[in-house]
Amino acid sequence: MIKKRYPRLFSLLSSLVVTLLLSGCDFVLFDPKGQIGVEEKSLIITAVLLMLIVVVPVIIMTVVFAWRYRASNKNATYAPDWSHSNKIEAVVWTIPVLIILVLGYITWKTTHSLDPRQPIVAEQPQITIQVVSLDWKWLFIYPEQGIATVNELAFPVNTPVRFEVTSGTVMNSFFIPQLGSQIYAMAGMKNTLHLIANESGVYRGLSANYSGHGFSGMKFNANVTSQEKFNEWVQEVKQSSTTLDSGKYATLEKASFNNPIERFSSVSSNFYDAIVEKYTHSSGTHAHSHSGSKE
Amino acid sequence: MFGKLTLDAVPYHEPIIMITLAIVGVLGLGMVGALTYYKKWQWLWSDWLTSVDHKKIGIMYILVAMIMLLRGFADAIMMRAQLAVASAGSEGFLPPHHYDQIFTAHGVIMIFFMAMPFMVGLMNIVVPLQIGARDVAFPFLNSLSFWLFVVGVALINISLGVGEFAQTGWLAYPPLSGIEYSPGVGVDYWIWSLQISGLGTLLTGVNFFATILKMRAPGMTLMKMPVFTWTALCTNILILAAFPVLTVTLALLTFDRYLGTHFFTNDLGGNQMMYVNLIWIWGHPEVYILILPAFGIFSEVVATFTKKKLFGYTSLVWATAVITILSFIVWLHHFFTMGSGASVNAFFGIATMIISIPTGVKIFNWLFTMYRGRIEFSTPIIWTVGFLITFTIGGMTGVLLAVPGADFVLHNSLFLIAHFHNVIIGGVVFGYLAGFVYWFPKAFGFKLNEKLGRIAAYLWISGFFVAFVPLYLLGFMGMTRRLNNYDNPAWTPLLAIALVGAFIIGAAILFQLLQLYVSIRDRDQNRDLTGDPWGGRTLEWSTSSPPPFYNFAKVPEVKELDAFWEMKKDGTANQVPAKYEKIHMPKNASEGLIISAFSLVFGFAMIWHIWWLAIVSTIAMLVTFIARSYNSDIDYYVPAEEVAAIETKHIQAKQASQA
Repeated sequence: MIKKRYPRLFSLLSSLVVTLLLSGCDFVLFDPKGQIGVEEKSLIITAVLLMLIVVVPVIIMTVVFAWRYRASNKNATYAPDWSHSNKIEAVVWTIPVLIILVLGYITWKTTHSLDPRQPIVAEQPQITIQVVSLDWKWLFIYPEQGIATVNELAFPVNTPVRFEVTSGTVMNSFFIPQLGSQIYAMAGMKNTLHLIANESGVYRGLSANYSGHGFSGMKFNANVTSQEKFNEWVQEVKQSSTTLDSGKYATLEKASFNNPIERFSSVSSNFYDAIVEKYTHSSGTHAHSHSGSKE
Repeated sequence: MFGKLTLDAVPYHEPIIMITLAIVGVLGLGMVGALTYYKKWQWLWSDWLTSVDHKKIGIMYILVAMIMLLRGFADAIMMRAQLAVASAGSEGFLPPHHYDQIFTAHGVIMIFFMAMPFMVGLMNIVVPLQIGARDVAFPFLNSLSFWLFVVGVALINISLGVGEFAQTGWLAYPPLSGIEYSPGVGVDYWIWSLQISGLGTLLTGVNFFATILKMRAPGMTLMKMPVFTWTALCTNILILAAFPVLTVTLALLTFDRYLGTHFFTNDLGGNQMMYVNLIWIWGHPEVYILILPAFGIFSEVVATFTKKKLFGYTSLVWATAVITILSFIVWLHHFFTMGSGASVNAFFGIATMIISIPTGVKIFNWLFTMYRGRIEFSTPIIWTVGFLITFTIGGMTGVLLAVPGADFVLHNSLFLIAHFHNVIIGGVVFGYLAGFVYWFPKAFGFKLNEKLGRIAAYLWISGFFVAFVPLYLLGFMGMTRRLNNYDNPAWTPLLAIALVGAFIIGAAILFQLLQLYVSIRDRDQNRDLTGDPWGGRTLEWSTSSPPPFYNFAKVPEVKELDAFWEMKKDGTANQVPAKYEKIHMPKNASEGLIISAFSLVFGFAMIWHIWWLAIVSTIAMLVTFIARSYNSDIDYYVPAEEVAAIETKHIQAKQASQA
């Protein structure tokens, strides 16, 4: 009976391991598809390895000390009044200080190099996409193409994208995990996020900041394609019978759950700024200086 | 007449809530019946409800904390169950309106109404005893603090049956928590339960700050204070500095919701970023308010059970002080993704990392206390070893999150959820539970069952890892927090494992309840008649268990750190004084309870916009307060003969047990 059971358990375990390995690519943060994501992945790995220098010894010491100095082990040394050692104090202060010095240096450097506002240098010229979070959907405006979409994002591969992010409602966070950084979307604020995709593909995007009952449905796909395919897509969107104007925007502002993809063949060039200004101009001079463009 | 309150406010159509309410109702009626049948109302009123004895107030705090742990855990298991099933097009069993209240309530309850009262309860029981005092500096204020805290608990529980709770997340960021996006009473329940209980916490801060600074036994200089008292002092300094920020932030949000101001709205110059900054200027010190006393507990436990002096007392004290100060300059790490400049983000990131240095030193101090000790593996030390391993991992993931570049992808993900549960369960909860087992015999006079306690500890520790390692991994899979349902099939297996982990923690909690039941049933076999069941080092073990209401017949004189240990060594411990003196003690007071009862009415009236009732209850509070101020009959002397009788009884019982 017992003998039979073990192989079954073994096969179950091995199938579990295989499933985990196969699903390795599900760990999207370790499978980044853009430069920012790649740098953030290696930053995470470097920081963890640095900290393991002290974490692993601490865990080992905990287990070893607890076992070795258990009361029943009378062979171990017992020093009831020993409570101070300059040598040990020096070591336990110095090693963490050194690690934090190194990590602090890395932090200073990477926080600047990964600053979401910093444009990405690449061969292709940058394109701009304006992002507005609404209840509970994402509105994407392409000012250079003069089109807009809801819950559908597309841009060409190897092309730096400048996302200008704001909100027409409460706070959200604009996030495409496989490409890297996220940034908050806030009404009256223009946040900027620069990302790039170095591989074509479909990447999931979502809101990373809870914004109400329909928040779970604020997901979209980012379709990264060749420049030609992107141009075709733009043309497709331009075939749409609806355009984005203030009347349509008023409908979009109304709360909706799991909003389907919508396409708008045209949008005025200052539409995004008008959404931002809606929340900045009514307040007189003071708020304006606060909430103007952050660059 | 009744403001916004109508009969529709009761959620008749929600079976989960109605069944819960029915059970609570039956239990409540049963309790009232039992109290009446056994004629215990008088006992309840004069021995407990109106008591100003810090030990009894401490016990009541912890009792409420444990009840709220059950409620917060029920919320947790519902969330985990929802997410284990709500994939592939399924909406699960909790619609967003309900689910969003649950995760909000879970956070609020676990921090404000479980961890905080547990900490304040332990502090109440232990601090005056550790410093050789007979009570806290302001015993009446202590009672008022407790009852104000109970009002917060009452309001959040009333929201279950009357109206709704906030659906905003535990920190209720505006504009979502503003009147435009949350027109219901949920956020108002949140505001008033935190505002009223927060006032209680602030008064606790005042009380213990004064107690520790002014009421220490003669000879106990600051650097001879036990480490738990040191951490309590730092925690109360943090309360004094941080809670007023919470009070003001809540007040501004209240103005926005009630008076139409625009501090944090989208319109008319309101700035939500101001709120996020303010709430975290309180919120980050808050986590240190919780963890520092846990560090204190581990320090006491590790020294006691290794039978060895605490390693590096001075550096431990300094590390605590450094953490206290640094905890005020790191708040921005909660929102690196808001769009601050790179230098600002880097500053707060590095400041956060620096905190890991004194924290790391503490860990080494505990390790080197174990080194060359004689470790007795009682339940408290199992919690300590579990803590050292768990917390080290949680500290590492915390420092990782402090790197802005890493936080840009991990922020608000389940990785973050796993991190703060890692430090709060692995640090705060394990610490308080260790303290609970450790000081239980002091408070009640008998030990808790060891075997069941160990099983509970092992289940908690392993359950934590099964429940939260999957969450770390899910964070790397790009899963964010507070999702109600999802369509990524890769997440489902890990969420199922996390649910299993939650059940293991559930089993751990059941074993703790069983431990309490069995220990109370068998209390006569486990009596501690010596007052010093563990071979303790600090003054609380020098008096009987439970201590007499005046704590010490004769106030001890302190010459060394580990005062009681040194007294035992040089033979001056447990000396019977030649003559007992009369003792000055505070009288019971009912005004704290009465003022709080009116503040409950006030809070409820404000939530439902019943303005006349709010005015009446405010006046009632003021009148009670003024009446109390004019009451000069608040103290008395315990005659020397009574002290002598109590002490003799204790000494005889001790001798009989040692014979």
